[in-house]
Amino acid sequence: MHIVVCMKQVPDSAQIRVHPVTNTIMRQGVPTIINPYDLFALEEAMRWRDRFGGEVTVLTMGPPMAEDSLRKALTFGADRAVLLTDRFFAGSDTLATSFALAGALAKIEQEFGKPLMIFTGKQTIDGDTAQVGPGIAKRLSLNQLTYVARIVDLAPEEGHITVERRAEGGVQVLSTRLPVLITMLEGVNEIRRGSLDDAFRAARAKIVTWNAADAGITDLTQCGLRGSPTIVKKVFAPPPRAEKAYQVATTDLSMEALAETVMGEIFKRQTSLEGDLMRFSAGQ
Amino acid sequence: MTEAPKQAPAPAGRANTKKELPEHLKAYKHVWVVIECEHGAVHPVSFELLGEGRKLADKRGVELAGVIMGSDKDVIATVANDCFEYGADLVYTITDPALAHYRNEAYTKAMTDLVKTYQPEILLLGATTLGRDLAGSVATTLLTGLTADCTELAIDDEGSLAATRPTFGGSLLCTILTLNYRPQMATVRPRVLSMPTRQSGRRGRIVEHPLGLLEHDIVTKVLQFIADRESNKAQLAYADIVVAGGLGLRSAENFQLVKALAEVLGAEYGGSRPLVQKGWMTSDRQIGQTGKTIRPKLYIAAGISGAIQHRVGVEGADMIVAINTDPNAPIFDFAHLGIVADAIRLLPALTEAFRKHLSVNRLAG
Repeated sequence: MHIVVCMKQVPDSAQIRVHPVTNTIMRQGVPTIINPYDLFALEEAMRWRDRFGGEVTVLTMGPPMAEDSLRKALTFGADRAVLLTDRFFAGSDTLATSFALAGALAKIEQEFGKPLMIFTGKQTIDGDTAQVGPGIAKRLSLNQLTYVARIVDLAPEEGHITVERRAEGGVQVLSTRLPVLITMLEGVNEIRRGSLDDAFRAARAKIVTWNAADAGITDLTQCGLRGSPTIVKKVFAPPPRAEKAYQVATTDLSMEALAETVMGEIFKRQTSLEGDLMRFSAGQ
Repeated sequence: MTEAPKQAPAPAGRANTKKELPEHLKAYKHVWVVIECEHGAVHPVSFELLGEGRKLADKRGVELAGVIMGSDKDVIATVANDCFEYGADLVYTITDPALAHYRNEAYTKAMTDLVKTYQPEILLLGATTLGRDLAGSVATTLLTGLTADCTELAIDDEGSLAATRPTFGGSLLCTILTLNYRPQMATVRPRVLSMPTRQSGRRGRIVEHPLGLLEHDIVTKVLQFIADRESNKAQLAYADIVVAGGLGLRSAENFQLVKALAEVLGAEYGGSRPLVQKGWMTSDRQIGQTGKTIRPKLYIAAGISGAIQHRVGVEGADMIVAINTDPNAPIFDFAHLGIVADAIRLLPALTEAFRKHLSVNRLAG
């Protein structure tokens, strides 16, 4: 069974700084990581490969240095890595990104066999959009399963899959036909450490590197800035919170009196809360 | 939406300059909101969007419409009236057994058909698991722009939707336009916008539309829906009230004080990352960058210092109450209400105060 995992290399958001004058992101020196949400997708893909045999291909689009993330994925145990890189893709929004990735996925099918499952993380930590997965599914006419918490059943021969999908206020149990695009929910597994063999293999592995032409992507009007309907008009740092926390005076108060005061301040600021709590309390 | 802010100045002549809209897009008018209606209940984010949509429609001098998809015509009729009272001028309804549960395939077909037929200029959805699943598919089918998780929507001087959203984990904001494509699509997270005032008796028009799809042709089947209230799992991300503890609680035993307050408030409980490492609680209750992001109406942080990794997970809360013995703890920089006190002593007192208040008022009511 062939499985593809789409990943993204992202800056470690904990270390992002914004230039105080130009309001641009200061990327220099910020370490890059595999988008943490994608690791849940990668681990899930490898588990099902281990169960049924086959290969896991990891795919990313990005600058040449995104190769680091692909090599890292190989050390975890992925079998093959494909880097889609071309200056024509620079500035892609989600629509242009899904166009390019769908093109590369079609090429992957041609070169390495048809994937029955394509995985992505539920979103990235830099863009946070959760749109590229559904975009790929639509472009490749794959059945789309987002926010998957668990794959309950997979029958590659019969072409069936059953999953639990996180929905609003509950979990949907969905069954559909392969091939599918799955976006994996966070916290549902833990990425393996990878073996020493994997580490050696990864260090020597040749990353398959394609530009637009290599990947068979010919319509460049749908790529990069040109192919992006959305336009970033302005980037700016959020205004710092003007005021610090309102401090409840604590001196000369017993704990009981302080608790009463705090409760009063909460209800004063969140007026709907008291009613909500009454209803909850009455329903007990 | 954009995966990352584009830094490079765009070459001249590309789509970031306002051109006259292509002829076939000029007919696109009006503001639409997708009404999320599952299991007979409307997701509050839909009404919040109607409130905001009303302002955008007034600014543009166009109408505001709700889109209701479902299987039960009585429910749809009720929800239509809700939409009118929250500001919609009209609703488009699609009633079909195949729409009983949310499924991407059927809902995408329904939405794209409606958009192509009635041509809205702005299409808003909630940034929920449903809204995000649907919006991506609809935008890709229509080949238009979509901006996710907006925190502010406005109409700019040229009449375009200016959608502002946080990016890079909230360290930056960006304002995004979709100039030469229609509709301009955006999603907004629940509770980012305020709930509009309901205008009792306000009415509007209903436009019915067929689905044009048979159950037989829909590949994906919903086998079951397991409601959260029937399961035992931590639902931090979706909780209205969250009480959490940090190392300031000093022991696993004292962490029970957090649970006790949570119980009285009908809240979920959680904690900062060190608590998982110490084994005081399970990792599904970890709040912060590597754990859960929460957006409750009320968040009470007891003995949590408020490092940046914790901050990004809780900043979306409507109200943050911080209890810490250290007056210089970073949590007081982003909390709304701060109490410099020992959480171990204040938590039980708070639990008792709420318990008393709620039981007294219950008897009175």
